[in-house]
Amino acid sequence: MSDHPSTYQPGSAIERWLDTRLPIVRFGADLMTFPTPRNLNYWYTFGGILAFCLGVQIVTGIVLAMHYDASGAGAFLSVNRGIMRDVNYGWLIRGLHANGASMFFIAVYLHILRGLYYGSYKAPREVLWLLGCVIYVLMMATAFMGYVLPWGQMSFWGAKVITSLFGAFPVIGKPLTALLWGGFAVDDPTLNRFFSLHYLLPFVIAAVVGLHIWALHVPGNNNPVGIEVKSKADTLPFHPYYTVKDLFAISVFMILFAVFVFFMPEALGKVDNQVMADPLKTPAHIVPEWYLLPFYAILRAIPDKLLGVLGLAGALGVLFALPWLDFSKVKSMRYRPTYRTFFFVWIVACAALGWCGSQEPDGQIIKGFAGPIFIDYDINSVTWLSRIASLYYFAYFLVITPLLGLIETPLPVPDSLFTPVLSHPAGVPVGAAAAPETKG
Amino acid sequence: MSIKVADILAHPTSNTEGPADPGRRDFIHIAATTVALGGIAAVAWPLVDQMNPAADTLAVASIEFDIAKVALGQQVEIIWRKQPVFIRHRTPAEIAKAVAADHASDLKDPELDSQRVKPGHAEWLIVLASCTHLGCVPTFAQGEYGGWLCPCHGSQYDTSARIRKGPAPKNLVVPEYAFIGPTKVKIG
Repeated sequence: MSDHPSTYQPGSAIERWLDTRLPIVRFGADLMTFPTPRNLNYWYTFGGILAFCLGVQIVTGIVLAMHYDASGAGAFLSVNRGIMRDVNYGWLIRGLHANGASMFFIAVYLHILRGLYYGSYKAPREVLWLLGCVIYVLMMATAFMGYVLPWGQMSFWGAKVITSLFGAFPVIGKPLTALLWGGFAVDDPTLNRFFSLHYLLPFVIAAVVGLHIWALHVPGNNNPVGIEVKSKADTLPFHPYYTVKDLFAISVFMILFAVFVFFMPEALGKVDNQVMADPLKTPAHIVPEWYLLPFYAILRAIPDKLLGVLGLAGALGVLFALPWLDFSKVKSMRYRPTYRTFFFVWIVACAALGWCGSQEPDGQIIKGFAGPIFIDYDINSVTWLSRIASLYYFAYFLVITPLLGLIETPLPVPDSLFTPVLSHPAGVPVGAAAAPETKG
Repeated sequence: MSIKVADILAHPTSNTEGPADPGRRDFIHIAATTVALGGIAAVAWPLVDQMNPAADTLAVASIEFDIAKVALGQQVEIIWRKQPVFIRHRTPAEIAKAVAADHASDLKDPELDSQRVKPGHAEWLIVLASCTHLGCVPTFAQGEYGGWLCPCHGSQYDTSARIRKGPAPKNLVVPEYAFIGPTKVKIG
């Protein structure tokens, strides 16, 4: 743990004996005393929330696997009859698992936005950021394969569409899809391998999370001010300050989670998935889960199969490249008002892409108004909104970020983490000191 | 009492060492821990209970069987609740042998033969085909007592399926069953 000296003192003879053989208690104790910037706000609790989400998914997933039948004939019934009706508390455990995926993505998106806003991807935290991107991609793969397992209509056709993406590549496309399917189309072998991988990948994610936390503890946390810790006075021990803060945030998050599980368990699902997979009939309107919609919109916005797939992959690729696209030495957008404005527009663009992904491609934005057709689609169509938003998505990373890094004049950055806190007028209640980023 | 930011900075830990009322802090700790433990228990029970038999498993808990198919001296093995059951059509000689041994000194789990069959149906012996030692299926017409011998560890049962010799502690279990017609039994 970098230059964080261990203060652990083995309390008993057994602990002393263990400490010289496997210093695991020391390891845990050092994590708890890890010096953490004193100004972390609630946006910094999503790491803990995500660890909670991963735990929930793994525990509920192991339980569901005990009752699941990974076969084309049995999967749908084992989920919709066996687990949902017959297994004791099966409805609850599946409700937690299915909604847990959405909760996981809500948390990861806020975690990523936090990282973007406060510049947590910049030196010396590039590896931390890259590992985070890897986790995100693994999460999407895991979630996608998990969505296939109930073997409803959306499962089946989602699997077909997503695996067919790989068919866009010249030469290798066809053998690659055959390799994914294990047959001529999505079928039992596909379902079985997706089940196997869906069980495996969360443990791979857990391992990469371990690396992510390791990479976090070498430079230490970034913080809302975006300058590095300069002295011990800038930090607090992780426990109890941030353990309690994280636990409180997790508790609040659990309330949101419970609202979905108990009051609207199917709100985020698609009704078509209550129909058993039928390889002869595609549902009228096929869309992925909400967390993949922006990428789906980018895919559809591009009027060429291969370029569409590359656009989708590129949308993730730019996240990996971000540490080397942002030249500004100032991390936090608190001190980069121009960049911050473009960032908020980028969030709007992502939301617009998400909305577009859920709509029919030729749906009208302004109802009842037919505009001129341009590149196959009406100007007033979902497709053109997707195109504009996609363009902004990429321009933000590839043009705006590098350019502003060079030309934007940032606001004066405080000398230490201490000073912005001290600059508050005396008499402001303690709670406000940790409040949102608007407090400089 | 209002705490000022400057106070906190001057004494970073002053608000944790709370001079005022330690009882309040203890109360918060106990209350928070209690709620957390309650929550953990509420989550743990469904995760354990899901391993118990599901409703569809329990729903097939009883079966009916037509015993007219079983000839005198014959034994059939059927499946009930996923486990084998012997339905034995006993010969008068077997019944006599079982009754004769009703008070034998080597009965480990003393029971009268009449307690192991239904009144008026002494020729029908219905038992779980699961050795009470460790659950293997015993083989008929082997061993010293004219009944069953377990191939796993050598437990021997007589013609009333009572344990006579070997490591098994109990007689073969007579399941809950009833005659629901002249030739029909309902098990379970």
